[in-house]
Amino acid sequence: MKTPFFKVMMAIIHKDLRAELRSRELVATMMLFALLSVLVFSFALELDKVAREEAVSGVLWVTIVFASILGLNRSMAMERENGNMEAMLLAPVDRGAIFVGKLAGNFLFAIAVGLVLLPLMSVIYNINMLTSWVLIVVFLGTLGVSITGTLLAAMTVQTRAREALLPIVMLPVVLPLLLAAVKGTTGIINELPITDWQTWPRVLMVVDVIYLVLCLLSFAYVVEE
Amino acid sequence: MTDQERPIIEIEALSKAFSYMPAVRKLDLTIQRGEFVALLGPNGSGKSTLLKLICGLNKPTTGQIRIGGWDMPAEAQAVRAQIGMVSHKALLYDNLTARENLAFFGKLYNLADDGRIERILEKVGLSKRAHSVVRTFSRGMLQRLSIARALLHEPHVLLMDEPYTGLDQDAAAVLDDLLSAAYSDGHTILMATHQLERAARLAKRIIILSRGSIVHDSTSKMETIELAARYAEVTGAATAR
Repeated sequence: MKTPFFKVMMAIIHKDLRAELRSRELVATMMLFALLSVLVFSFALELDKVAREEAVSGVLWVTIVFASILGLNRSMAMERENGNMEAMLLAPVDRGAIFVGKLAGNFLFAIAVGLVLLPLMSVIYNINMLTSWVLIVVFLGTLGVSITGTLLAAMTVQTRAREALLPIVMLPVVLPLLLAAVKGTTGIINELPITDWQTWPRVLMVVDVIYLVLCLLSFAYVVEE
Repeated sequence: MTDQERPIIEIEALSKAFSYMPAVRKLDLTIQRGEFVALLGPNGSGKSTLLKLICGLNKPTTGQIRIGGWDMPAEAQAVRAQIGMVSHKALLYDNLTARENLAFFGKLYNLADDGRIERILEKVGLSKRAHSVVRTFSRGMLQRLSIARALLHEPHVLLMDEPYTGLDQDAAAVLDDLLSAAYSDGHTILMATHQLERAARLAKRIIILSRGSIVHDSTSKMETIELAARYAEVTGAATAR
């Protein structure tokens, strides 16, 4: 009687992409924020080449995390506005499938921002950020941010101060991810020996798996009473 | 007793409390297949909570709920497939078209795309607006589409929580017709409402809740004025409708 997990997941991804293609409010907001953030940092941090190489990965990850928070708030608000989350919960579906479907949509929007940021920052900061290892770290880091963000946004969207509450709740939780992502990205763009930074993508992978399992198990308790 | 003879909704000693505040108190209720039941009561009497308990959005503090012989919440997935819900909220996505909304919910209920979307849109009179984005719909159209969403998977039980909220006279009359048609099609309808006149006219059984308990349960036909007097008597509330 239960609808297959994969079918539910794909239906939610498809629905989120279609709604976004029509409204363009989520990705447009995230992109604009990311662009402004990178420009503001570039003017604020008038640094020499060495200092810039040290700071640029921090700028990249702060921008990705805050742009993701903007997107997550909007994405979950869409489910709350007309009681749509309730409508999904009324269907004979696995709550985990709802979580993975929402997570996949949120991740796609966030990774799109990350992929636009990399060439943009390469130009603005005159540092080559378009390497396969940077892409891997951005992929793993953004995935981790989306996993924790999807669960926490589902929690905070039920509160009155949801817009303010999500970053307050989310930033401490994504701190391990953020540290690993910044360390890894800094090592890669500074062209340090692979032995100096190879641990960080592995840390990201392990943290992603741990967060995914924990969030998948917790989601039903968060959205149901 | 065969499945068809068995009551579609069986509730025994059901209680629900929020932070120790009781919303439903030791409630017993049986509803037969094909009944149209109006659930009346003042605000805070437990109508919405009872509907949410039946559809599984809330979990009981104590007591038992069986829908079509399936236990809630233990066999929740089987129960969910048998229930359609309409509330004062649309439960629809603003940025999708009417057809896209129904297609999405159809996938959640694992339904085949066998033309049922077109049929149900025809039934609720929205065929011409199938490809219109829902945010352009009036409140009445939204509520019709909401009914289409609730009936899409052909549920045995249709739960309605204040479905007339925000509707003008014409839209409410269209909703009356849709409800009568759903009742004629054999759906069991449990409708929470404040509209005594509509309850008296449409429903075949009237239940009045007060402070989480059933204080009136009758299948005998009542005129609105008679029902209003009874309502005031059992709830202590003044009503003019």
